[in-house]
Amino acid sequence: MAKFIFYRILQAIFVVFAVTLTVSFAIRLTGDPAIMLSQGAGSITEADLERIREALGLNRPFLVQYWDFVSGVFVGDFGRSFMGGTSVGALIARALPATLMLALVSLFLSIVISIPLGITAAVSRGKWADQAIRILSLVGLSFPNFWLAIMLVLVFSITFRLLPPSGMEGPISFIMPAATMAIILTATNVRLVRTTMLETLRSQYVMVARAKGLSETKVLYKHALRNCAIPLVTYFGLQFGGLLGGIVVIERVFNWPGLGTLAFEAVAARDYPVLQAVITVLSLLIVSINLLVDIAYGLLDPRIRTE
Amino acid sequence: MANSSASSNAPAKKLNLSRFKNLEFVLGILLAGGIGLAVALSWLLFPDGGRAVNLMARLTPPFADPAHLLGTDPLGRDILARVIIGGRISLTVGIVSTAGAVIIGVIMGLIAGYYRGIWDMVVMRFADIQLALPFILLAITFIAIIGGGLVNTIILLIVSQWVQYARLVRGSVLALREREFVQSARAIGVKDINIILRHLLPNLLGPVIVLMTINVANNILLESSLTFLGLGVDPTIPSWGGMLAEGRTYLQTAWWISVFPGVAILLTVLGLNLLGDWLRDTLDPTGRTRI
Repeated sequence: MAKFIFYRILQAIFVVFAVTLTVSFAIRLTGDPAIMLSQGAGSITEADLERIREALGLNRPFLVQYWDFVSGVFVGDFGRSFMGGTSVGALIARALPATLMLALVSLFLSIVISIPLGITAAVSRGKWADQAIRILSLVGLSFPNFWLAIMLVLVFSITFRLLPPSGMEGPISFIMPAATMAIILTATNVRLVRTTMLETLRSQYVMVARAKGLSETKVLYKHALRNCAIPLVTYFGLQFGGLLGGIVVIERVFNWPGLGTLAFEAVAARDYPVLQAVITVLSLLIVSINLLVDIAYGLLDPRIRTE
Repeated sequence: MANSSASSNAPAKKLNLSRFKNLEFVLGILLAGGIGLAVALSWLLFPDGGRAVNLMARLTPPFADPAHLLGTDPLGRDILARVIIGGRISLTVGIVSTAGAVIIGVIMGLIAGYYRGIWDMVVMRFADIQLALPFILLAITFIAIIGGGLVNTIILLIVSQWVQYARLVRGSVLALREREFVQSARAIGVKDINIILRHLLPNLLGPVIVLMTINVANNILLESSLTFLGLGVDPTIPSWGGMLAEGRTYLQTAWWISVFPGVAILLTVLGLNLLGDWLRDTLDPTGRTRI
């Protein structure tokens, strides 16, 4: 087991390094921030541009810049934004909670909806309830998330004037972004719950529970659901990457002050340190969640370790 | 592994779902085929390419004027024509990018699964990296470097999607290469290339076809998101994502600009997903492509 954990951690470290190295290298190909910064400043000479590059440390070799960034991350220093010199750490500290909160609320909402729906589908396999849930889930999978968001704004903000169309002010502004994400997540999760439940329902302890006369609700929600927990938690954990990616798009529609909005602004301004930091934080987050899920799964289910 | 899951899933096939399954197939064909046909005929139906500006008829609501069934945009251009023409971009991107990803992914997966070793490691590490990086962030960086546009969007989708085919094919090959028919082919000295093409490839096409159908649907969604965000296809070409981005400005006054292109995406993707679901039960009974 120690070997398995060691190997997985090594792999995770490799992935984070590969991602950050690629991104830091790639973003430096996107354009010269010195030119972006000096736009509208009248006549700029090559010497001026060179001075800006020097001030930002961009004239150093790439690997030096990358090393600078990596060694900074280890002590929690993400450098300063090219735009106005704000500390990148502070920008991230403001944006990360907004994104994470939205992600967690969406995931929670989706789990709360998909567990009863998935169980219903599994129990009534092949009957009309199962088919209806299956079709609904296919429809949910087919929604462009940003369009669903726009439609919610059209109905609830413009037509009925019930909810704020954008921004993050209090719990009420969570409703539409979280609902958008939850609807799309639920489409997948219902199927996961259904499949996992079907496997569990075939097992002997469920037969025993039924045979000893427990009520069906108790059998399903107490005995079967508990045994579905491990695979389900794994699936939900592995979904996190996709979920964060979806939120990046949704943030644009709702003007949500999260990492997605930060990333888009950074690209537009060629603000290397900010984009580098956003991607590093997101990939660290996703890799560590996947790592935790894998290790937990390996501990709980010895068959995985041999992989 | 594949064998044990095959036997545990076998009882599921006993249920008679054929009526429902047929309905799923018919609906899928009607939606995907109907939209595909309309888009294919768009060159005949709308020779002006949906560009005809008519300021007199600007922002006509839908169902008010029979000449503009779905209304017009702020330049008086017909929404129905532009929605059908916009399908060209989505369908082209969806189909071409999927084809590219399949070719690269299947070849890589075959090599990785059959020869193992260093190739296998490289492919699997690529897969890890891809899992750790949300597509949209990859897209933001990539598009910032090479710029947007139709071709670059397709390249981006191929780069980000081939890995899933490689993983699927590798997994199947790992199981298949231990099977007797492959072992005996090797024992009598059949060349590797012939084993791969004659014995392995035909046996893993089913799941690949299922994944392809769903992938076309997914790539249509991704392309429209990218174009909506201003990272994808040129906004002056009519496309579903581009129309939705335009429509947002007029959401207060002209809802129809934002509604119909989205409905078009939804129906196309739904049609493909229905077909994919049907194909999965037909071609992939062991459920390797099941989510």
